[in-house]
Amino acid sequence: MTTRALEAARNGAAAAPATGHARMKRRAGRWALRGLAGLVFFFIFIPVIFVLWISLFQQQIVSFPPEGYTLRWYENAFARSEFRHGFGLSLQVAFIAMVIGVTSGAAGAYAIVRFRFPGREAFNTLLLGPLVVPGIVAGTSLYVYYIMVENLLDVDFRGTLHGLVLGHILLTIPWTVRLVSASLVGLDRAVEEAAMNLGAGPWTTFRRITLPMMRPGLVAASLFSFIQSFENLELTLLLVGPGRTTLPVAMLNYLEFRIDPTIAAVASVQIVLIGALMLITDRFVKLSRIV
Amino acid sequence: MSELILDRLRKEYGSFVAVDDVSLRVEEGELVALLGPSGCGKTTTLRMIAGFIEPTAGRITIGGRDVTWDPPYRRDTGMVFQSYALFPHMTVAQNVAFGLEMRKVPRAEAETRVRRALDLVRLGHLAARLPRQLSGGQQQRVALARALVVNPGVFLLDEPLSNLDAKLRLEVRVEIRELQKRLGLTTVFVTHDQEEALTLADRLVVMDHGVVQQVGTPEELYESPANLFVAGFIGRSNVLRGRLAERGRFISKGGLALAVPADGMAPGEAALALRPERIGVAPGASDGGVVGRVALVTYLGAATEYRVTLDGGETITASVPTPRPGDPLKLVSAGDAVTLTWPAESCRLLAPGPGATPDEGGL
Ligand SMILES: Nc1ncnc2c1ncn2[C@@H]1O[C@H](COP(=O)(O)OP(=O)(O)OP(=O)(O)O)[C@@H](O)[C@H]1O
Ligand SMILES: [Mg+2]
Repeated sequence: MTTRALEAARNGAAAAPATGHARMKRRAGRWALRGLAGLVFFFIFIPVIFVLWISLFQQQIVSFPPEGYTLRWYENAFARSEFRHGFGLSLQVAFIAMVIGVTSGAAGAYAIVRFRFPGREAFNTLLLGPLVVPGIVAGTSLYVYYIMVENLLDVDFRGTLHGLVLGHILLTIPWTVRLVSASLVGLDRAVEEAAMNLGAGPWTTFRRITLPMMRPGLVAASLFSFIQSFENLELTLLLVGPGRTTLPVAMLNYLEFRIDPTIAAVASVQIVLIGALMLITDRFVKLSRIV
Repeated sequence: MSELILDRLRKEYGSFVAVDDVSLRVEEGELVALLGPSGCGKTTTLRMIAGFIEPTAGRITIGGRDVTWDPPYRRDTGMVFQSYALFPHMTVAQNVAFGLEMRKVPRAEAETRVRRALDLVRLGHLAARLPRQLSGGQQQRVALARALVVNPGVFLLDEPLSNLDAKLRLEVRVEIRELQKRLGLTTVFVTHDQEEALTLADRLVVMDHGVVQQVGTPEELYESPANLFVAGFIGRSNVLRGRLAERGRFISKGGLALAVPADGMAPGEAALALRPERIGVAPGASDGGVVGRVALVTYLGAATEYRVTLDGGETITASVPTPRPGDPLKLVSAGDAVTLTWPAESCRLLAPGPGATPDEGGL
């Protein structure tokens, strides 16, 4: 629907000038486009704004209009150890999963784009696979799989840090493969050939030319991987253990017992963190150009 | 700077032969242009010299050293790519310095050489810019400087001018030739633009379907094309088919009997190539020439072209200096009778193979 509206707007803009009728049509097209953009913004940002707003409400049971404003829900959020620890664990898991996932995902993307080998298509599909498996299904499968591996190897996986990280790496791989492949496909091979022509061996060429040119893709992949892991609930649910709970799971647990703006305060912290990450990243590579 | 020798260089893709046993010797300091229609194997040949494509057979020697199986980074070639292929994340100076860095040239010396190379292409003032902040012509000159700064044994250019506008193309063309001469660079220049090749090269290699058709100086190719393909590809030619009745006498399919140079071919089937600008046009039918009717007059500024249909049905195009007002030729238009004349030695007899001229007989 969106594309069609956009197209209509573009056609409107491209229509022949001169006649008043065409101009009217063009103007109408432009307004339609603006209206649509506004609508999209509205639907994306309204929930975010409401969360931020509600986190400041005075009353415990959320109702409108607010009776007053307070910061005590933030105090409560920071005071509760499950949120503090959850936040710490989520950061830790997201960071490790990002580093491992982006490294291996980028290597996979490189192989897929650059080399012709049997099973290349299948490999590509496999790496994008986690994108289509619902999180809860993936989580359950991992859970069962971990039990099997635990029995076989006598190593704990469920409820451990490495178990969590391994699961989250699955989340980061498809994003990395997509974003890095895109940046590699757009890379002019002649640039690498020029480096070799000037005397750079394959490794030097990769390090000095290819890698820097992949940088925007890698930065974007890191950002999205981090966010995917940091926010994940479904896949994580079954993998956490006692005393080892990520922030989203901690929030869900909290909600089972009470509903008050504390949750909104925690979510606000999440939103601000991710927003800041995106802004910082955008300073280094223009995200709008890559994604 | 060294001599480059290709010895029966060949590249096959499956059963398709992209480059068919090309042999060529480029002397030290010589500029040779590879010329031919799209898909004739120019780029493939050049990339084999640079080491980006492995030949199926044959040998490549640079400065007496067999480099056929050396990787690109161990050959002493400097290549300028059609897309320029500048390193987008490095400044102009860093781009140019890259090759020196790879050769472990001491920093101080490298800086001097980079500066000198950039001055050579008149870009000294833009050293700190990134490639994307440059115009196409400037990028092209950075690519030149980057390839030249390392003093390559062989300088390779793949259609380096094709992304420039007409005016700039002319400028850079002259610039490349001057640099090449001044530095005495052994150079292979790929182009499909015959004018570019004719004005730039010491010698030309005309290729078609992976096969070298002729190697020679611009004048040799123009004056004595080896076959119909070259006759039609370098400059333009009228082609008449027919047979050589006896030495010195050619009879065209349309029944035209023409005097031709007596040397060369033995009597038999033949084709005759004749440059349009070697033909004179006089108004009216008269003896002592070939008579026909004007089908089309095309004004080209300095020259005017007359497309003339002969009685036998053949067509010949003549190109003469545009007649001045008052010249009776000025009044000639389509449908009028004219007489065409040319010196017999302007006719070139060739084997009657397939030619490059799509419109037989008339260009
Ligand atoms: N990797 C390949 N596989 C199969 N055929 C190829 C391959 N590379 C080139 N060819 C074929 O080889 C022939 C020569 O290609 P080449 O690029 O050398 O042409 P060219 O003379 O440079 O033409 P142009 O003027 O269009 O650049 C072409 O017909 C092309 O289709
Ligand atoms: Mg080419």
